[in-house]
Amino acid sequence: MAMRAALKWVTLVASAMAASTATAGPAADPLGSVMWNDMKAQFFGDAPVVFDDRVKVSIPSIVENQAQVPVTADARALGDVKKLVVFADLNPIQHVVTVLPVKAAPYIGLSMKVEQATPVRAAALLGDGTWHVGSVYLDAAGGGCSAPALARKDADWSDTVGHAQGRMWREVDGSARVRFRVRHPMDTGLARDNTPAYFIEKLNMRASDGQSLAEVEIREPVSEDPTFTMIVRLPVSDKALTIDGRDNNGADYRSVIPVAWRQSDAAAAKPGAVK
Amino acid sequence: MKRVGHPEPARDGDDGITRRAALARVAGIATLPMLLGVFDADAAPLAYELKPERIGDGVWVVRGAQEAIDRKNGGAIANITIFDTSDGAVIVDTGPSKRYGLALDAIVRQLTGKPVVRAYLTHFHPDHVFGNQAFAADAIAAPKGVVDGLADLGEAFASAMYHAAGDWMRGTEVVAPGRTLEDGTEQIGQRRFRAQTLAGHTASDLVLFEETSGLLVAGDLVFLDRAPTTPHADLARWRHSLDALGAISDRALVPGHGPVESGARGVGQTRDWLAVMEETIRNAFERGLSQNEAIAEPLPEWTGRIALARYEYERSVMHFYPKLEAGSWPRIDRAG
Repeated sequence: MAMRAALKWVTLVASAMAASTATAGPAADPLGSVMWNDMKAQFFGDAPVVFDDRVKVSIPSIVENQAQVPVTADARALGDVKKLVVFADLNPIQHVVTVLPVKAAPYIGLSMKVEQATPVRAAALLGDGTWHVGSVYLDAAGGGCSAPALARKDADWSDTVGHAQGRMWREVDGSARVRFRVRHPMDTGLARDNTPAYFIEKLNMRASDGQSLAEVEIREPVSEDPTFTMIVRLPVSDKALTIDGRDNNGADYRSVIPVAWRQSDAAAAKPGAVK
Repeated sequence: MKRVGHPEPARDGDDGITRRAALARVAGIATLPMLLGVFDADAAPLAYELKPERIGDGVWVVRGAQEAIDRKNGGAIANITIFDTSDGAVIVDTGPSKRYGLALDAIVRQLTGKPVVRAYLTHFHPDHVFGNQAFAADAIAAPKGVVDGLADLGEAFASAMYHAAGDWMRGTEVVAPGRTLEDGTEQIGQRRFRAQTLAGHTASDLVLFEETSGLLVAGDLVFLDRAPTTPHADLARWRHSLDALGAISDRALVPGHGPVESGARGVGQTRDWLAVMEETIRNAFERGLSQNEAIAEPLPEWTGRIALARYEYERSVMHFYPKLEAGSWPRIDRAG
């Protein structure tokens, strides 16, 4: 009953908001991007969309390397998120990643290529079918997507494709924070040297019984030697996290990060935090 | 390279829109309103106002702003040293742009009544060497590592500088030094310049000691009251170089950025910053923080008195994180 009442209340508030903004039209993009309507159609179709500061997109205040711009998308404040999409309006390829946080936090840290200054957005899909969008504006000199991968200067790059490194930590709530990188050129297909698109397109993180904890769809803007930070609910009894990957040439990659619990970051950072 | 928050409407100055804004409109870029603020930056004419400070007999320093490169300062953030000699003027570093180099040449002639016969380059970063165009290539001398570094990354620096400083950079091109400098002493007029190539801020950092004045020009191995930059840093080698400089730091020292004074404070502060920066980043890394989480970490209170502390810390996270990830994480793609 409580839930029904809550839903009714949400509906009332929603219709009140719709009424109050009726003259202003749909919620305006806080960044005023000329691409917003296209982005909305491309990623959300006809689904309802709201701008929501609880979806945090973190970027540095300066772009040091357009081919490696760290972006962290964090929708943990929203609770149960079905899907988390990261995109950049003014990139030649806008879609960066989509995360299905099956048993994972709606959170991802990665580095991406940017071609020019652009809004960077994270959109979280809630169970009610509403997309909640957080946005930041990233200034950049550009060239990240059309610059050849550094590995292309190295004749032996293919020897290291698929090599992976990583580590895992326990979060305060018992979930597993995992950071890892996979050697891969992540060619966009847009580079001046005409190298065709060649990139890791899928990652699946699994518990030892095979159940999926998180799936990540990866697109060309993700940086060379992609490096991810994710938080998954790995069962406490599990001895390892398995990460299966596949690139668009059909090559499969498997990594296994053994559980070697280290002192949690948050607990170490904040004395007095409850373990 | 600050983040642009909200789009600003195009602003027509009293004498009409700027040429760049006009060009932008012609090119159709004006349909992206967010970029207009950038193209329409400043109505003021772009002219560097160089104010040399006399720091000794026939020796001046043109102080750089304790700021990041932007469209207001035109990249004039590094210190330039000027020596008068009986055979002509000697300068250390040439500034961030052709326009700056020309202004520097003019002020040097005004101060000394002579042309520049030698321009030493301390290292290959653009705020120190992009004024080269204003001087005869044959007068420009730098260690081989500086020459090589500029050949390798000069064009990339140029595009970054055009983005950061805008129209100040107009006409600026990368000019290679005409002379490769070996360690040793060079006599110019009554002055003797002793060159020693160290490393750490970059792979090749020139330190010059002028014997007559007793002045030490340390380049970017020493920053004072401004946070050090680390895009090409090797911290172990940098510390080693600071040890070498520390041994003679009772001399008057011109840091790459910051005020001229006895070298002890600059050498010590640079060493302290490198330690704090490295420790903060390593600590964040060891706790599994993502780059943006590491960027948000607190810094010790004393760093609040250092210009651009957070800005340079943030850049350093981006410089060192990928190296730490590649260098210290175990392999996970093979059973074992």
